[in-house]
Amino acid sequence: MSEAAVRLGRPGWSIRRALGVVVLLAALAAVPGFANNYYLEVLSEAWFYVLLCLGLNIVVGFAGLLDLGYAAFFAVGAYTAGIVTLRLGLSFWLSLPISVVAASIAGVIIGGPTLRLRSDYLAIVTLGFGEMVRISVRNLAVTGGASGLVGIERPTLFGYHLDSIGAYYYVFLLLAVLGVVASHRLENSRIGRAWKYVRSDEDAARAMGINHAMVKLAAYILGAIFAAIGGCFYAAKMTAISPETFTFNQSLLILLGVVLGGRGKIPGVILGALVIVIFPELFRDVGSMRMLVFAISLLLIMLFRPAGIWPEKWR
Amino acid sequence: MPLYEVLLQQLANGLILGSFYALVALGYSMVYGVIKLLNFAHGDLYMVGAFAGFGALSLISGWAGGGWGGIVPAILFSMLAVGVLGVIIDRVAYRPLREAPKLSVLITALAVSMLLENVALAFTGGQYTAFTTSLGFAGINLGMVHVTWTQMVLVGTSVVLMVVLELFVSGTRHGKAMRAIAIDQDACRLMGIDVDRTIALTFLIGSALAAAAGVLAGVYYGSINFFMGFLIGLKAFTAAVIGGIGSIPGAMLGGILLGLLEAFGTQIPGVGSEWKDVFVFAFLILFLVFRPTGLLGQPEVERM
Repeated sequence: MSEAAVRLGRPGWSIRRALGVVVLLAALAAVPGFANNYYLEVLSEAWFYVLLCLGLNIVVGFAGLLDLGYAAFFAVGAYTAGIVTLRLGLSFWLSLPISVVAASIAGVIIGGPTLRLRSDYLAIVTLGFGEMVRISVRNLAVTGGASGLVGIERPTLFGYHLDSIGAYYYVFLLLAVLGVVASHRLENSRIGRAWKYVRSDEDAARAMGINHAMVKLAAYILGAIFAAIGGCFYAAKMTAISPETFTFNQSLLILLGVVLGGRGKIPGVILGALVIVIFPELFRDVGSMRMLVFAISLLLIMLFRPAGIWPEKWR
Repeated sequence: MPLYEVLLQQLANGLILGSFYALVALGYSMVYGVIKLLNFAHGDLYMVGAFAGFGALSLISGWAGGGWGGIVPAILFSMLAVGVLGVIIDRVAYRPLREAPKLSVLITALAVSMLLENVALAFTGGQYTAFTTSLGFAGINLGMVHVTWTQMVLVGTSVVLMVVLELFVSGTRHGKAMRAIAIDQDACRLMGIDVDRTIALTFLIGSALAAAAGVLAGVYYGSINFFMGFLIGLKAFTAAVIGGIGSIPGAMLGGILLGLLEAFGTQIPGVGSEWKDVFVFAFLILFLVFRPTGLLGQPEVERM
């Protein structure tokens, strides 16, 4: 942070930093010019997980609440897109606002009654909620049961049909960038400070007049919206979704990204998301053992670097 | 079958299921009661227990036979082995984080759970392992309902273990130390109680009970797999919450109630058995919202 920014009392942009970001974005935007489909596929997935991890980071990192059922919100987004386009025959773009509403409702349903509980109860309730959503989409007719929804139409944007991997590379890159900007703005907003206050000392925060339940609920809803929007585009990219995408392991993987990188710190979370996507690709041989390797690394990180690889600085 | 026989059959099923839940819930509840840690790895200790019992039984069934003569030593071996594993887990993963923020400890517990599951996955290749015993289906008939001796012994064993535990915690010095640590760790240290050792003892007992439940479940269902601990861990936690977390009679009551609820829930017209887990979790959320202290729990005052 530059001197001027410190004086202004808000997180600011030095010229050097702004230039760095522009160069980085330009480099990332140029990738489809030379990379083959394999790299584009992996990188698209990486940007997608950046978005999901940033969303979960609002709940786990900023507000300090453990959520073990985050895949449920991702499922809400993906299935909303599927139902809106396949069952209702509406445009894909309509599924975005609808899924935001659906995710907010889901956030309120899970958050509303449980936020007054102790944090460890919350963890198990979110886990149970994640399983409830998965079992429900598996058994309902409207969600296509165990085989899921197939043949979701890919959207068209300004006359351009989004049907190539290159297009989805840009879509997910854009979503990740928007996610970073939104997270950054939220972190430094009034509510962002309230989250961190509640996280470090809930009683003191309440004594200062912060409505802790509302603040936590806001974290759940905003986190859910990130996942829901990601889920919509995921459905559009894959054109098929099934309940097995939204298991507890999916929730764990996203949580790993957040915790591994450094919960509460945006660059740390981005790093964590990149690690969880790229690491298994680098070690394709360990394939089936990847969760074992993850478990060990998570344990070691918790024991030796409890705040993550690139932790948040405490001010 | 007439209605009352359906109900009787479900009562038997519910009691068996419930006694497994209760045994696992006890360990959850004890550990939570003493150090306020939600031990996510607890369900996986049940799974490891099943495998340890299976291994022991396959080794000794040659001369001890596949009946109770082999199963009882297998259960005892598994309880000991998993009890020690629980103590090691506490020593390696949880003790260094005793003063750390809750979130870090919870995530560590999650990592231990993943580790146990994936080690078991690597050993079994994700296949179901047949848990064969030479126990027959002999038993007694109540109308058209057939209850095997095995089922009765399973429920009986669980009840005996629970009673022994309750006597231990309420009657012995070690049990008193556990209850004291649950109230105030620092004061216990000042009073000369070896806190770390008592916590290790809690892990030993809790893990051993989970292991016993795991072997009994293997005997009952006839097959075990690396993933069997996940769902039962969740449900045992639900049972512990329903009964009142930290309370031993509460964990038993909650386990039995949950088992019965699940068994009878599948009989409600229009609700298939695929919905039973949704049912259980909905029940958990309702309980947490309206009666977070459970049926037998003490209302807790969170200190500042």
